[in-house]
Amino acid sequence: MTATLSVRNLRVEIPTRHGVLTAIDDLSFDIAPGEVLGVVGESGAGKSITGSAIIGLLDPPGRIAGGEILLGGERIDNLPPPAMRRVRGKRIGMIFQDPLTSLNPLYRIGDQLTQTILTHEKMTARAALDKAERLLVEVGIPAAGTRLSSYPHQFSGGMRQRVVIALALAADPELVVADEPTTALDVSVQAQVISLLKRLCKDRGASVMLITHDMGVIAETADRVCVLYAGRLAEIGKVRDVVKHPQHPYTHGLMTAIPSLKGDPDARLEQIPGSMPRLGAIPEGCAFNPRCGFRLERCRAERPAAYPTSRSEASCFLLDAAGRAPPPETATAARAAGIEVRAGAPTGADA
Amino acid sequence: MSAAETRTARLAISSPDAAPLVEIDGLGRVFDLSKRWLNRVLDGSGKVMLTAVDGVSLSIERGGTYALVGESGSGKSTIAKMVVGLLPPTSGSVHIAGADIWAERNLTRQRQLRRRIQMIFQDPYASLNPRWRVGSILAEPIKAFGLAADAAAREARVGELLSLVGLDPRDAGKFPHEFSGGQRQRIAIARALASEPEFIVCDEPTSALDVSVQAQVLNLLRDLQERLGLTYLFISHNLAVVRHMATRVGVLYLGRLVEEAPARELFAAPKHPYTKMLLDAVPDIDMEGVERPSIAGEIPNPINPPPGCHFHPRCPHVMPQCRTVVPPSCAAGDAKVLCHLYDGADHAGTARSAP
Repeated sequence: MTATLSVRNLRVEIPTRHGVLTAIDDLSFDIAPGEVLGVVGESGAGKSITGSAIIGLLDPPGRIAGGEILLGGERIDNLPPPAMRRVRGKRIGMIFQDPLTSLNPLYRIGDQLTQTILTHEKMTARAALDKAERLLVEVGIPAAGTRLSSYPHQFSGGMRQRVVIALALAADPELVVADEPTTALDVSVQAQVISLLKRLCKDRGASVMLITHDMGVIAETADRVCVLYAGRLAEIGKVRDVVKHPQHPYTHGLMTAIPSLKGDPDARLEQIPGSMPRLGAIPEGCAFNPRCGFRLERCRAERPAAYPTSRSEASCFLLDAAGRAPPPETATAARAAGIEVRAGAPTGADA
Repeated sequence: MSAAETRTARLAISSPDAAPLVEIDGLGRVFDLSKRWLNRVLDGSGKVMLTAVDGVSLSIERGGTYALVGESGSGKSTIAKMVVGLLPPTSGSVHIAGADIWAERNLTRQRQLRRRIQMIFQDPYASLNPRWRVGSILAEPIKAFGLAADAAAREARVGELLSLVGLDPRDAGKFPHEFSGGQRQRIAIARALASEPEFIVCDEPTSALDVSVQAQVLNLLRDLQERLGLTYLFISHNLAVVRHMATRVGVLYLGRLVEEAPARELFAAPKHPYTKMLLDAVPDIDMEGVERPSIAGEIPNPINPPPGCHFHPRCPHVMPQCRTVVPPSCAAGDAKVLCHLYDGADHAGTARSAP
């Protein structure tokens, strides 16, 4: 089956006065029909830029400098703006972080919904209005019929985000790109919005790309997760595998650094030293090497590809079956952290 | 583990000398959101009052960490400001080591008192003056309270503070923009420590930081507490972080403290329906694939909160009296709960039957 979305070797560059910054470097992933792919990373990892590149809304001077983006098997990264405008909203729905800025404060909710519907579908204004009302009912807005004539400021934050979800789904898209859809909301409302988004996309068979920094949200919502670090893929795999058995040292560090509602509250949190490099100062070799506890010689000079393990795929030389064996103490420490060290193992089998 | 043991051990030692460091009693704050007088007359509208904090009482023992949790609009930050002396309360009092910070009229004593209280803010990008070098930022409280004899002693102290928070003493010559978010928060912590306080109010100290950096800052705050015997009032909306930091937790809902209990107890057996709902709502990495009970409703508008118990429109156990009568503070073991379920003679039975 063709993937709903296929990103191949994507490279996004931002030219600045101080040289060209590479915001996304050789990123590839697929989203299957009906699948929820979580994209996580810390600030500056390139999550939102990936989302913007897919929907063709990269802020200038940012540009796609290489690679391909395919929607349902067709390239969309090189479409001229008018053609892309027909894809955006129709085939790809978008949900942004702040519902107050993604709705026009000067127009009634009903007008915004019908406008979106009429832009992408041939129907009468009356039918569009009926559809708008049905959408509001679906996203759980009480008294939907009368709320059509309300302005965005008359809704609460959670209700506004529901309206945005209705807008994103208005033209029955194949893919929904949700960029931090719940970050501006309170926890109790966040849970409602996430379950709503998940249910509606499942009902319609739409795929979702869920961009967030909150690993908890991903763990509960996504089928697979893609972890980004400094614009590069660190690890991609099933959520359960990546959360419970992370294979990349960065993912491993991230999982142990998150305080949880289980476990010993008095135990010290594991911490990753340092912080994510700025785009202008990404280190040579593996971008994570200065912070990594299992650094090898080659990590400083070469860039790892994504190597498969028995669970997920991760960009780390420890997993490169063709690589030289790491020093025994590094190998032992990495195995103790649950990483399937394959470098140096003759068969490439698990240790 | 040893750190954890010393922590509990120290708490056990410090608790017998009884008197808590911070005592907050019946604290309240009302904001007047009315339009101007002329507009009120022309529109025929009345005064609009917002009760941000409503009769909050709590005490914090020496060396403890009291965490306040709540969603936006619950009054967390308003309490923080009243506790450090930035915002006068409408009612109630705040005592630090026995002295009422809002009743103290003697300026010298007031200064002495304020030296002992410091605050760490949420956004380290906004809380450090971008035009000042880090050295001057840290020297300011030392100068203001006359804590160093001369410039050399001050400089030495600045270097000491920077090493204490894990930065290089040479960083004193840099400007805030040269640091990452986590490093800036370390500078903000160093500044809070500069006046040698006993009590630090941390208002969402890690909300603006990434997870890997959040762990560094939380560990640093705990280490400093060990070393310097600090007492924290820790404000956060993140329950997992609170569980990791707190010895006692208070849960706020629309300005009222609806439950307070020792941290372990609160997380193991939450009593108030709102606390239960909050704990159920937190997305957690260990909860993958779990279907959650759906949560009804949103936080009501604080300008016009529901009568009786503020939580009643969302509460699964709502009873007739909840709609009209404000629940009293009921003691349940070591916890205090503001809920009719725990009030009156049948308390044991009802409380146990509450899921």
